[in-house]
Amino acid sequence: MTAKVVTITSGKGGVGKTTVTANLGAALAAQGQRVVCIDADIGLRNLDVVLGLENRIVYDIVDVIEGRCRLRQAMIRDKHLPGLFLIPAAQKRDKTAVSPSDMVRLCDELRPDYDWIVVDSPAGIERGFRNAIAPADLVYVITNPEVSAVRDADRIIGLIEAEEKGPASLIINRLNYDMVRRGDMLSTEDMVELLAIELIGIIPEDEKVIISTNRGTPIALDGKSQAGQAFRNLARRILGEEVPFMDLNTPDGFFGRLGRLFRTGGE
Amino acid sequence: MADFLDRLLGRNRKSANQAKERLHLVLIHDRTNLTNADLKDLKDELIEVISRHIEIDPAAVHIEMSQDGRQQRLIADIPIRGPKRRR
Repeated sequence: MTAKVVTITSGKGGVGKTTVTANLGAALAAQGQRVVCIDADIGLRNLDVVLGLENRIVYDIVDVIEGRCRLRQAMIRDKHLPGLFLIPAAQKRDKTAVSPSDMVRLCDELRPDYDWIVVDSPAGIERGFRNAIAPADLVYVITNPEVSAVRDADRIIGLIEAEEKGPASLIINRLNYDMVRRGDMLSTEDMVELLAIELIGIIPEDEKVIISTNRGTPIALDGKSQAGQAFRNLARRILGEEVPFMDLNTPDGFFGRLGRLFRTGGE
Repeated sequence: MADFLDRLLGRNRKSANQAKERLHLVLIHDRTNLTNADLKDLKDELIEVISRHIEIDPAAVHIEMSQDGRQQRLIADIPIRGPKRRR
């Protein structure tokens, strides 16, 4: 095994980097892959709570870098998936506790034993972002269908190119298909045209994401939710499968399906 | 102008279209570091230089930034006035 490092970044905060990291990691592990998720957001640790592993932390990434523990001692095995591990961020330190070369060294040590290393980048364009992309083989930029998130995504895509880590791929998170249909939300096509990078995932807005985060169980493991399906599709695409983007342009629920039946005339 | 026409025709412009148009302009400026004022300066200087060599109609000069993938392209449309016949 030689792991590929995928860095999840965005520029703007709050667009869903941590949610995507946790769920991509979980979806890959559910496919039988061996996965390590690294929280690179030093000082604002969160990947642990999203994965529901906050009570198991003993050591963190800075303890590894500063030699207070071995790498394996800081790795927490997931509750649900035997192939999924977390290296938590330090909570009481800041971004300067880690350097880009520390990140490269740490990932290189993991590579032989895993298939994927998913790095959750902090928001911003400073040190934390540079740490997160330093070891990356692939960079995925997360955006929401909002002007501020798209603008920041464009900026970060430029910086990824400047660091010779491009071309980045795009994941659109929290797309509300009803609003797109009404003409009140940027569409997937709009965002791909504006940002001019390859699209790899579309995660629909789904209140079940918040519910699953409340519980500390990744939604990717919820067989019934749309967002969970979208994450599983994303994982399969990354594994090289051709998976079409979900067609959610028709309303769901009983009446929606009924309406669809009439509209398509039983096609 | 488009706004005005839409209002005149009682059309309610979709907010997604407005978002896209606004982003289009903002991204050009973010990527090139050029403001609208910079572009106007550039246009004025360009007209001045070209006018030294050939006669052009300054009012008809059109300069714009276009996007080609992630590449920005500066496009200048400069109509040249017909050569004056020298007798």
